Amino acid sequence: MSYDLIVIGGGPAGYVAAIRAAQLGKKVVCVEKERAGGTCLNWGCIPTKSLLRNAELYQIMTKQAEEFGMKFDNLTYDWEKIVKRSRVVSDKNAAGIEFLFKKNKVDYVLGEASVPKAGVVEVNGKDGKKQTIEGKNILISTGCLSRPMPNLPFNGTTVISSKEAMVIPKQPKSLVVIGAGAIGVEFAYFFNAFGTKVTVVEMLPNILPVEDTEVSQTLEKSFAKQGITVLTNTKVTSAEATDKGVKITVEGAKNETIEAEVCLVAIGVQAVLPPGLKLDLDRGYIKTNDRYETSIKGIYAAGDIIGPPWLAHVASYEAIQAVEGMFTPGAKPKKVTTFPGCTYCHPQVASVGLTERAAKEKGIKYKIGKFPFMASGKARAIGDIDGFVKLIMGEEHGEIIGAHIIGPEATEMIAEMGLAITLEATHEDIAATIHAHPTLTEAIHEAAEQAYGKAIHI
Amino acid sequence: MPDITMPKLSDTMTEGTVVKWHKKTGDKVSAGEVIADVETDKATMEMEAFDDGVLEQIYLQEGQKVNVGGRLAYVRGEGETGPAPEEKKAPAKADATSPKAEATTPVKAGAPAPAPVINNGRVKASPLAKKIAAKKGIDLSRITGTGPGGRIVQADLLNAPTGGGAAAPAAISIPVPTGNGTRIPLSGMRRIIADRLYASKTQIPHFYLTIEIDAEPLMRLRKDINAVQEENGAPKVTVNDFVVMAAAHAAKAHPKVNAAFAGDSVFEYSDINVSVAIAVEEGLVTPVIRNADKLSLRDLSSAIKDFATRARAKKLKPEEYQGGTLTISNLGAYGVDNFSAIINPPQALILAVGAIVKKPVVNAQDKIVVGHTMAITLSADHRVVDGAIGAEYFKTLRSLLENPATMLF
Repeated sequence: MSYDLIVIGGGPAGYVAAIRAAQLGKKVVCVEKERAGGTCLNWGCIPTKSLLRNAELYQIMTKQAEEFGMKFDNLTYDWEKIVKRSRVVSDKNAAGIEFLFKKNKVDYVLGEASVPKAGVVEVNGKDGKKQTIEGKNILISTGCLSRPMPNLPFNGTTVISSKEAMVIPKQPKSLVVIGAGAIGVEFAYFFNAFGTKVTVVEMLPNILPVEDTEVSQTLEKSFAKQGITVLTNTKVTSAEATDKGVKITVEGAKNETIEAEVCLVAIGVQAVLPPGLKLDLDRGYIKTNDRYETSIKGIYAAGDIIGPPWLAHVASYEAIQAVEGMFTPGAKPKKVTTFPGCTYCHPQVASVGLTERAAKEKGIKYKIGKFPFMASGKARAIGDIDGFVKLIMGEEHGEIIGAHIIGPEATEMIAEMGLAITLEATHEDIAATIHAHPTLTEAIHEAAEQAYGKAIHI
Repeated sequence: MPDITMPKLSDTMTEGTVVKWHKKTGDKVSAGEVIADVETDKATMEMEAFDDGVLEQIYLQEGQKVNVGGRLAYVRGEGETGPAPEEKKAPAKADATSPKAEATTPVKAGAPAPAPVINNGRVKASPLAKKIAAKKGIDLSRITGTGPGGRIVQADLLNAPTGGGAAAPAAISIPVPTGNGTRIPLSGMRRIIADRLYASKTQIPHFYLTIEIDAEPLMRLRKDINAVQEENGAPKVTVNDFVVMAAAHAAKAHPKVNAAFAGDSVFEYSDINVSVAIAVEEGLVTPVIRNADKLSLRDLSSAIKDFATRARAKKLKPEEYQGGTLTISNLGAYGVDNFSAIINPPQALILAVGAIVKKPVVNAQDKIVVGHTMAITLSADHRVVDGAIGAEYFKTLRSLLENPATMLF
């Protein structure tokens, strides 16, 4: 029997591709070596959000109880249960994917896949059985794994990646985080919230270096207030794992040696290439054309495996584009241009479109609209007033080209701005849309108006 | 197998109408087989299938039009399985507008010029696209959207023709006809005539020169030639055949008129290709006589006759319209004495030829006698051709037409 599509990897690219192809009436099989859901559901987005919810609640109870008029004695937490809850959340979600496969009649094979040639996938089954699957099209969505530091290999206990960090059996007393991207920053916030002494080391001038500089700087100040040591413009010159933990020597504003129980290396990811055919690569990731096809006809790739940004929602988008390109007559797949990015520390950070820095580099004439949550009634009511909404608009027409939010529920609010960019909305469209009161989204409305001197509350 | 989409059959084609389907859904089609007649802005052409298969679905009914690239039908390849493409309201189809729908589109007084290709009266465009279009005077109804659901987005406007910058609202100020009457939707051809001649007359600085030539020698020679032709049962040569020949020969002597304005330069053509205006039912077409300066009168004459026949039958091929370097429009057969024409861009020269008329002329002996004259008016693009160059060209043209035998060897 021959499939219309063989998907290798069951993460946010793979499972979405398999289901969409099935919806298009195609015969599909998904080969997954571990568990459906990929990094996102099992070892990324979902379990970490579960952990971060704990951090948020604990922070409110320890830092804001008095403000809210609450009192309790002996507030404690059970680390093991915190971790366990995150695993339960993961399990339920992953089981949900397997259910969706059944519902959509997607065949699901557990095992490790290799691609000896176009149209053929060999699977070393988890159950020990070997099988050969044939199909007209193959989609590779095998994703990425954490990239190790040169000279400081992962050892699973004191030098760890995010995967070990989220199931660490005992809370470390001290933690050094190398790399201040979304992953590094979220774990720094998480461990610090529970009292671990956290130091963040970032080579670039700011933490969350892809975000708008103003946002990064605001987060740095907030982190400092929360007690996290942030070392930016700082390079790791040597690192060693010791009996008691790690010793990291850095070179920055000052040269020092940091000792910690655990070191979380969050400097990026590397592609997990399936064995078999040699596909053309671009900087270590599978190279694809406009239709997500690799250098070999009939073999496609989508998701983290084709390079940055390594985001679940981008992977799913790519997967759908690739599949519709394969099976829908006349479809012209689109590549990702605008996508939201979210970091779930506190205050939350979310953005879509261009940063002010990028607008400047591109020579775009722009206008800025800004509104602080300090002036938002809702933010004050919920006791969360740090941060702001910053909109970047084209100078001539006022179209939204970038939106940056740092503050409460930033990650939920960014969707409106993503839609605005997709629809090519202008500041007038934002202004003409009534935003419910009292909500945090009023800050977006006010930011759009502020650019033209029309904000009411500031 | 992909959809069958509206092919771009000529340089200027932006949309096409399916005139007739030769196949119905479920019919087998094979590569090269004619499946439909498609009307472009210039002609009706036969459209062939590219692959073998079964015509599974027709998206565009007879009489409906769609932008170039829009879906016409779906042919399932042999051996292909799976369901028919389920997307019933694909973007391209949304562009399709039946002539009937157009005719009933209400036009508000004072609204922008009526837009022929609209989706149920609504143009799908992003707020930014609308703003840019308003500022630049771009008619959004003529743009094909590439955004989600066929929406017009900023990127679609990058190369859009503008109505002349910020002054575009001029188009808005043209009053819309009201009162009793019939609204006749523009055919592809009428749309092209409207667009190109409007652009020509408003953007090209025209100037005009008129001469009246002594047509007696031409009439005599034509009579002699046609006498022989008649004897041989061959078709007669027309006055216009001589004019086309003379215009081409004169252009060879004055290459500066056989040119076009190209923004930062003037482009002089190496070949002399004469576009000949031919009236057809819906408007006019201008097929091109290539290397007209190198053709014999016989070849020239039969080429023009062939064009005229095929133009009226809408059987001209797109490439036969392309590459003209100057144009001749002759209304002599309709009894028009004299007129001036609008330049056919990007060319720089058009000749408007009137009828040969009997009138009193002053002859070489300064006597007033009954003579035969023919008026020719030249319209030229002043950015390319100056008055004196036009006059030089006319001098040669006059000499050739008044001594027509010199052209024949």
